[in-house]
Amino acid sequence: MEKNWPLWEVFVRSKNGLEHRHFGSLHAADAEMALENARDVYTRRNEGVSIWVVESSHITASNPEHNGELFEPAQDKVYRHPTFYNLPDEVKHM
Amino acid sequence: MKQSNLYQYILGLADNSLILGQRLGELCGHGPNLETDIACTNISLDLIGQTRSYYQYLAKMAGDTSEDAIAFMRLEREYRNVLLVEQPNTHFGYVIGRQFLFDVYHLQLLKELQQSSDEMLAAIAKKSIKEVSYHKRFSGDWVKRLGDGTEESNEKMQEAIDGLWRYTDELFQANEAETAMALEGVGADVTALKETYYKEVSAVLDEAMLKVPESKYFTHGGKKGIHSEHMGYLLADMQYMQRTYPDMKW
Repeated sequence: MEKNWPLWEVFVRSKNGLEHRHFGSLHAADAEMALENARDVYTRRNEGVSIWVVESSHITASNPEHNGELFEPAQDKVYRHPTFYNLPDEVKHM
Repeated sequence: MKQSNLYQYILGLADNSLILGQRLGELCGHGPNLETDIACTNISLDLIGQTRSYYQYLAKMAGDTSEDAIAFMRLEREYRNVLLVEQPNTHFGYVIGRQFLFDVYHLQLLKELQQSSDEMLAAIAKKSIKEVSYHKRFSGDWVKRLGDGTEESNEKMQEAIDGLWRYTDELFQANEAETAMALEGVGADVTALKETYYKEVSAVLDEAMLKVPESKYFTHGGKKGIHSEHMGYLLADMQYMQRTYPDMKW
């Protein structure tokens, strides 16, 4: 018998309209238990309105060793940021 | 006032939640793993929260006492909780078994109490019902998980159900206060809940690959203040602080 329960990643939507955000991880034997555990561990203080759980092994992560080739080329390409526009004052929430 | 049926009736409701809450609280830092530890103590806090609402109501009714005094300063014979909730945390199967056997009853009871002619009781029931629905889901899922798990988990879950079964009948034996309050429309008629209770419990046990105990031997007494040998130890633990430093605050 597997001695340790698998690890699950927990995503919580804190308010309707907002996206689910990664909150942390926990151990559980099955998906139902992961949901219940997530409810108790991460939403005890009214933090959420919706929970997703996914087994950590289903997540494919980028390799930190490849950070150079993956992310650095973006650093000197300031024109990819829309910072050169003048926004009229009336436009809110930008 | 304290001898009135209303007072004694609410005391019974409150003591069930207090003593079960205390039992679950004993698991704080001792749960089988971090997540389950938090879950059990969460349920404990829900129950103690409900207890406080009941005791505050009683303290107001009596006038000459406080919620802490009601909770901590009574003698064993004055507690009105059923025997089921005071049974020890022998192993995790017992924790789950006790919880499940109580939760099914508790939810049925609160559904009835929502209709109580006593506004305060109806309001407490309405507030508690969401918490208790979750408790039942939690304990029911665990019964199925352990019953339908490994050979060992099935054995332990069955042992707990068999061991706790004798305390279930007491839930449906109305004492004087319960009978009187049911007649007045304040309380729920527990005798009427019995059939649905055993049907519901049996359905979950079936699904969990567990045997429904056939034993017809049942123990009663808690509602009258005649408790099992475990109660004294539980109270000693629970009351120690208030007895040593009466009215302490921190």
